[in-house]
Amino acid sequence: MQPAFEVLVSRPSNESLCIRLAGTFESPGPAPDAAAALAAIDDEIRSIHFETNALRSWDSTLMAFLLKLVRSAEALGIAVELDALPSGARRLLALATAVPEADPARPEVAAHGKLARAGVRAAGAWVETQKVTTFVGEVALSVIKLVRGRARFRGGDVWRVIQEAGPSALPIVSLISFLVGLILAFVAAVQLQYFGAQIYVADLVALGMAREMGAMMTGIIMAGRTGAAFAAQLGAMTANEEIDALSTFGIPPIDFLVLPRMIALVAMMPLLVLYSDLVGILGGLVVGVTILDLNFAEYVNETRAALDLADFGTGLFKGAVYGVAIAVAGCLRGMQSGRSSAAVGEATTSAVVTAIVWIVLTSAALTLVYNVLGI
Amino acid sequence: MSSTGTQIEVRGLEIGYGDFSVQHGLDFSIESGDIFVIIGGSGCGKSTLLRALFGLTRPKRGSILYRGEDFWEAPTAQRQRWMQRFGVLFQAGALWSSMTLAENIALPLGEYTDLSKAEIRDRASWVLSLVGLAGFEDFRPAEISGGMRKRAGLARAVALDPEILFFDEPSAGLDPLSSKRLDELILLLQETLGSTIVMVTHELASIFGIGTKALFLDAESHTQLALGSPAWLRDECPDPKVRTFLRRGENG
Ligand SMILES: Nc1ncnc2c1ncn2[C@@H]1O[C@H](COP(=O)(O)OP(=O)(O)OP(=O)(O)O)[C@@H](O)[C@H]1O
Ligand SMILES: [Mg+2]
Repeated sequence: MQPAFEVLVSRPSNESLCIRLAGTFESPGPAPDAAAALAAIDDEIRSIHFETNALRSWDSTLMAFLLKLVRSAEALGIAVELDALPSGARRLLALATAVPEADPARPEVAAHGKLARAGVRAAGAWVETQKVTTFVGEVALSVIKLVRGRARFRGGDVWRVIQEAGPSALPIVSLISFLVGLILAFVAAVQLQYFGAQIYVADLVALGMAREMGAMMTGIIMAGRTGAAFAAQLGAMTANEEIDALSTFGIPPIDFLVLPRMIALVAMMPLLVLYSDLVGILGGLVVGVTILDLNFAEYVNETRAALDLADFGTGLFKGAVYGVAIAVAGCLRGMQSGRSSAAVGEATTSAVVTAIVWIVLTSAALTLVYNVLGI
Repeated sequence: MSSTGTQIEVRGLEIGYGDFSVQHGLDFSIESGDIFVIIGGSGCGKSTLLRALFGLTRPKRGSILYRGEDFWEAPTAQRQRWMQRFGVLFQAGALWSSMTLAENIALPLGEYTDLSKAEIRDRASWVLSLVGLAGFEDFRPAEISGGMRKRAGLARAVALDPEILFFDEPSAGLDPLSSKRLDELILLLQETLGSTIVMVTHELASIFGIGTKALFLDAESHTQLALGSPAWLRDECPDPKVRTFLRRGENG
């Protein structure tokens, strides 16, 4: 768009600058460039004045330009004569400059070298580790209180979370587990076909689901569903000072908010894992019977022979541990959240990431332990 | 529950977040039965000071003596027992959003009294009526207006007949009539229960109407500029900044 105004900088004397404003300065038109006017200033300039005979109309477009000009000139110790400006503009400018530009004492975001940045990051990681350990410790103390029957929370909260985390998660758990069972069967079939040993697809799917995949898939689904919900709920409560309010009433937020969520999730996870195992095995069965042309009864028999209770047990135990990890990660990130809606969003994302990382780590650790113990 | 003497004494207090100091060099005392008002420009640290006084933000330096004993040096359990005698109204109400108003008030009552469920419900209705919210027992915080949330937060704060009440801008967001009723309520609480009241407020009518002592925090020098009766701060305080502030910018 063609500007409907003109800003002319002239120099009537060695020590003064005259800025001539002409035409209309109105949104949504383009804005005058303060930097161009400021570029005309050199060491000898002592004062700036305006000429506004041809100024027709103006709005914030002009005011933003003037404010920048006045602030910069002040910083250089140059006097600005505002007399020629329209009186409304003068008064607005006076209001805008009444409170000096703040220089809020914020923690400095240092822009140092690589080494310093690495140091800052390492220190940050250490603080973060301390926070996580403190939180886990506090949760552990709450659990001890719970065992002693002295933790304070409302039974109704546990039921509500059980509702949210359990039955309503069934559809998505069904879908994912069924598909994972299918995939396992296909992967196994391609290899086993070379040996004419397709029937062992049943063993692979059964063991794979019961020992690892059932728990892992349920864990990841619940991290995205329930862990994220925990972080969002607690994050919103932090933002609204609700958690502070609990503390001032002497009600420990960990007892009151984290325990019910953890109890509900630890109770529901093994059930969901068992369900997921069965659906996954069903998925494998469908592939076996329809595509690999295996006999239904044979497949079922092979599955039953492959599995014993310990296999399910290891998976269910993993599920319960993942439940703790998801609940702790969700609640931790929620309670660490800042006091804004953006911070709540970040807390939610971070809760899911944290939970998934913890799930994979504990999965590896538990598999190792099972291996050593020979379970 | 009323008592006499100094309730809170603050010595050389510095408050802030991380490395960032919000206020320093604070020295004042709050006597039993005072209606102590904290005033100052926006962002000068009033809410932060209040949080240090009622036990949420640990001060960076200095001490807060609660009835002669160091509040922040005491063991956590002891501090929590003291905090049970406080009632707090947060700047935005801070009601628990998953509970109805009645449940919000019932939760602390259930924790700290031996009242039966029905008695707790009656008590909740009583404090809600005090703040003009009779009939809203079963509403959730999201279903009422901002000013109503503020009043419900006040009801929750006074439900346990606390010894010291901390209010963060109780009348912000209220219409002039509600705000006058609130002042009356605060005065009544102070007279009948002998509660000590510490509040942050910008309401000149409240400051001069019910305040007995005022503390002025300055945003630029980051320290207290004046301490005394509100009228003294307005008329005789040697610092012109304080006088101007209390006259809404008109010099006197
Ligand atoms: N959680 C926080 N982390 C870091 N800085 C904070 C935090 N809360 C407040 N601040 C900073 O502390 C200063 C004082 O904030 P505070 O909320 O105490 O102000 P206030 O006097 O209550 O203001 P208002 O009258 O607007 O409520 C502000 O400059 C703010 O930037
Ligand atoms: Mg505040």
